[in-house]
Amino acid sequence: MQLNTPSSPHIHSGYQLSQLMQRVLLALLPAIVLYVLFFGWGIVVNILIAVVAALAFEALALLLRKRPLAPYLGDYSAVLTAVLLALALPPLAPWWLIVVATFFAIVFAKHLYGGLGYNPFNPAMIGYVVVLISFPREVTSWLPPEAVSGQVVSFIDALRASFTGILGNGIPPDTLSMATPLDHVKTQLTQNHAISEIITGNGIFGQLAGSGWEWINLAFMVGGIWLIYKKVIHWYIPVAMLGTLVLISGLFWLIDAERYASPLFHLLSGGAILGAFFIATDPVTASTTNRGRILYGIGIGLLVYIIRSWGGYPEGVAFAVLLMNMLAPTLDYYTQPRVFGRGR
Amino acid sequence: MIRQLFRYKGGVKLSDHKQESSSQPIQKVTLPKRLILPLQQHIGAPASAIVSVGERVLKGQMIAKSDGHISAPVHASTSGRVVEITDFAIPHPSGLKAPCIVIESDGNDAWCDHRKPVDDCHHYTPEQIREHIRHAGVVGLGGAGFPSFLKLTVGSERVVETLILNGAECEPFISCDDRLMRERAEEIIKGLMVMQHALVAKACVIGVEENKPEAAAALRSAISALAVEVEVVEVPTLYPTGGEKQLIKILTNKEIPPKTLPIEKRVVVHNVGTAAAVYRAICLGEPLISRVITIAGAVKKPGNYEIPFGISAAQLLEQVGIEEESVERIIHGGPMMGFALNTLDVPLIKTSNCLLVTDPNTVPLRNKQLALACIRCGSCADVCPINLLPQQLYWHSRAKDFDKAQDYNLFDCIECGCCDYVCPSQIPLVQYFRFAKTSIWQAEQDKKQAELAKERHEFRQFRIEREKAEKKARHKAKAAKVAAKNVGADDKKKAIEEAMARVKAKKQQQEANVSASKTEPGDNT
Amino acid sequence: MLSAIIVLTLLATVFGLILGFAAIRFKVEGDPIVDQIDSLLPQTQCGQCTYPGCRPYAQAIANAEANINQCPPGGETTMLALADLLGVDPLPLGAEHQAEPEATVAFIIEDTCIGCTLCIQACPVDAILGAAKQMHTVIESECTGCELCIPPCPVDCIIMQPVKQETRNWKWPYPVQTLELRK
Ligand code: SF4
Ligand code: SF4
Repeated sequence: MQLNTPSSPHIHSGYQLSQLMQRVLLALLPAIVLYVLFFGWGIVVNILIAVVAALAFEALALLLRKRPLAPYLGDYSAVLTAVLLALALPPLAPWWLIVVATFFAIVFAKHLYGGLGYNPFNPAMIGYVVVLISFPREVTSWLPPEAVSGQVVSFIDALRASFTGILGNGIPPDTLSMATPLDHVKTQLTQNHAISEIITGNGIFGQLAGSGWEWINLAFMVGGIWLIYKKVIHWYIPVAMLGTLVLISGLFWLIDAERYASPLFHLLSGGAILGAFFIATDPVTASTTNRGRILYGIGIGLLVYIIRSWGGYPEGVAFAVLLMNMLAPTLDYYTQPRVFGRGR
Repeated sequence: MIRQLFRYKGGVKLSDHKQESSSQPIQKVTLPKRLILPLQQHIGAPASAIVSVGERVLKGQMIAKSDGHISAPVHASTSGRVVEITDFAIPHPSGLKAPCIVIESDGNDAWCDHRKPVDDCHHYTPEQIREHIRHAGVVGLGGAGFPSFLKLTVGSERVVETLILNGAECEPFISCDDRLMRERAEEIIKGLMVMQHALVAKACVIGVEENKPEAAAALRSAISALAVEVEVVEVPTLYPTGGEKQLIKILTNKEIPPKTLPIEKRVVVHNVGTAAAVYRAICLGEPLISRVITIAGAVKKPGNYEIPFGISAAQLLEQVGIEEESVERIIHGGPMMGFALNTLDVPLIKTSNCLLVTDPNTVPLRNKQLALACIRCGSCADVCPINLLPQQLYWHSRAKDFDKAQDYNLFDCIECGCCDYVCPSQIPLVQYFRFAKTSIWQAEQDKKQAELAKERHEFRQFRIEREKAEKKARHKAKAAKVAAKNVGADDKKKAIEEAMARVKAKKQQQEANVSASKTEPGDNT
Repeated sequence: MLSAIIVLTLLATVFGLILGFAAIRFKVEGDPIVDQIDSLLPQTQCGQCTYPGCRPYAQAIANAEANINQCPPGGETTMLALADLLGVDPLPLGAEHQAEPEATVAFIIEDTCIGCTLCIQACPVDAILGAAKQMHTVIESECTGCELCIPPCPVDCIIMQPVKQETRNWKWPYPVQTLELRK
């Protein structure tokens, strides 16, 4: 009898990478549904374009690097990157913008560094930042919620807008588009308006933060908490990051509520929640020790606030994550846990 | 009083699969014709054979004596004739061969007559008891096989506060300790009492995992029947609670640092099987020649069997019945830490606690070749009972950057396999760690060898130089002699004589050096 | 603009001074470089590096007369260790030395041996025992596997054998992963 003799352990929990990625995707679903309810079908078109492009680029990169396709395409990591990227870009963004961003995410940020597991920077955020810097106008023109603009965006409309730049009724979407709440507050603040002045009477602000955004972000949070419950991600990074953001924004808000937006506004507008639960927790590029994760989260929270309040861009999650990515290996090195029986 | 339990970090919950084998009582096996007894069935130096081919031996007769302090003797597990002393495949992950004594049974199973039962160990000093246990070849039966008498030795200034018996048995499928506790609880307790006497231990605790309530109950009734003071503690079912240091942590909250023995923290742990073996060695005078082994998985009659050492896996499995065609792997030990056998022609020895026969239906094996990249998810670090960072160890071991791997405490890894078990990328982490560890050991060996070679080379060069110098001196002396004859001048003669005396003295001195350096070549460099 | 240049220049100077000071202040007083190189060599004393032994080769490397890839018994490991020590780029090994060399020891077929002592004279580490007209034996644990004893033997009775694998010196193999084609 010929028996083979690999090393122990001989059994496995059966938990697989693809399952992990699927769970993350599942956790994004409620927020995507709300997104469609508030902003129309644009985001779905975004996601579809990004996923198709990501899979195509992934396959191409794998072929060039002479890797088998099936196991790597089947790990859903490219799909997840694509969905996160699509969520970061405005709905009704032109198709080429999404394709360019995906290209940079998959080919440059991921495969040029050796593929999944070897990339030092979060691929989705690299893709986002590249298009943000190269095409600032396209990336920052967001549709207001349907309730505000009165414009209902159907799936066909969104598809047409993405490929032709024209909405269903013949108007180009950029005539409708507006700044995001974060953006709006920032520009108005620079023109010496007080917060209360900016917010009252403007339809893009809801009860808590940006209209529509508040609920989408809460849905992201629900998904994220489910991921923590399922042990897909750890609580350290989201809690540290959001905690820091709330603390520091609360501090400045208490000092001068007319110059600094409230913690709630910071939490629920823009990408803080999405970033905290889904982007900063990307295991490949985050810190991997528990204490390291806390420091990493605090760092991102701080940077987000600094960039939002004093930086050149209204939103800082992407830059904050990329900056902290650079620090992750160092954090790991200096935050090794106490080994059993040692150092007592 | 309910003992407060503590928790070590990490660990995994495994489905235990113990039912199939633990429901049957321990069964006897038919004695095979041939028994192969490896000289090394324990940790330490191999025993050295004291019988020769053709010699008749009796059951329980010592056939190999321990060689050095950390070693254990081997006894014949039945009566018969020694037919061979050569290399045979032994149960080891490498599948390599090692020296074994082969006994052909005469079928009488006749005991030798030097059994000296001790009815009350308290009539003997701890030293005498230890010597007896050492002589009986008792080693740890939990899997590692460390000679037991060493773990029954306390330094003069040390005190043992707690003597722990390990009945946790946390690996799936294995139930030999469970059955032993249920059926031979009294033997275990009596053995424990002997151990307590040898160690002068203050308290005795038996840790049993919660999934073995019958075993705990049996132990408790044996304790009250014998009217002794032993505490039975149910510990949570979690892998690897059966690890020595993990069990100590749970029961006493003491963490034993790496490379130190528990005794330094006043704790000693023995396996329940070892306690039963000590009982037999002391109270019955029988050396360690058999044990209980679990046969589980894809076999017709899973269960626990009392086997004589030296029976081969093939002989045993034939009695238990397996379907050869569907068998994928035969694991010696449990599925988490055991190793696969590459042949069934290996003898079962003192450390064989389980044979797990796998086929796709009973034990789904993991596929080690389909590993994806590490995504640094940290699942491995979450379950590591040692609180290591397996993802970092993996990164450096894979890159063969062994210094870095050691910075991350590679050698603290107990190879429990928890990290490997949960890794979503299915990376064979433990094999990487084993590769790294054994590579480092080998490099250290090579380094020592190289140093030795260098010393010898340098000595040789020194010797050649010296020989040359001697030759030269001889030539010079000769030439001087000739010259002196020719000239015949007195003063010159005198000078030559002086020179010759000098050379002679020098030579003598050198010779002395040579003999000194020959005995101790190392001192010369 | 000007102030930026001045600030940067100043900063660069300050840091340069700090670095320079640190380099002198914390200089590691190590073994002489030849000893360090020698300690990385396998001490086989085989002369395959074209130098008569490991130490002369170490000397040659230290004098920059020899390359770091000339030691076949050390293989890639030694070359990389040397590159690391000396802070130079790794050099490719000759094609024939790509794989890690298998450890071997010499063995004298005693029936054929005529006791000529030629091999004893060749052995760089005195690992061969014997006297004139007597059978010779290799002390296995001392033999470095340098093969220097093979050419002098007039009756070709010395063969190289792989070092016996025992459980004691067995090494777990590097895991095979079909998906990871990169090294
Ligand atoms: S569990 Fe596997 S994939 Fe996750 S960090 Fe550990 S080794 Fe990497
Ligand atoms: S095998 Fe080693 S690294 Fe992995 S969990 Fe066990 S102790 Fe930790």
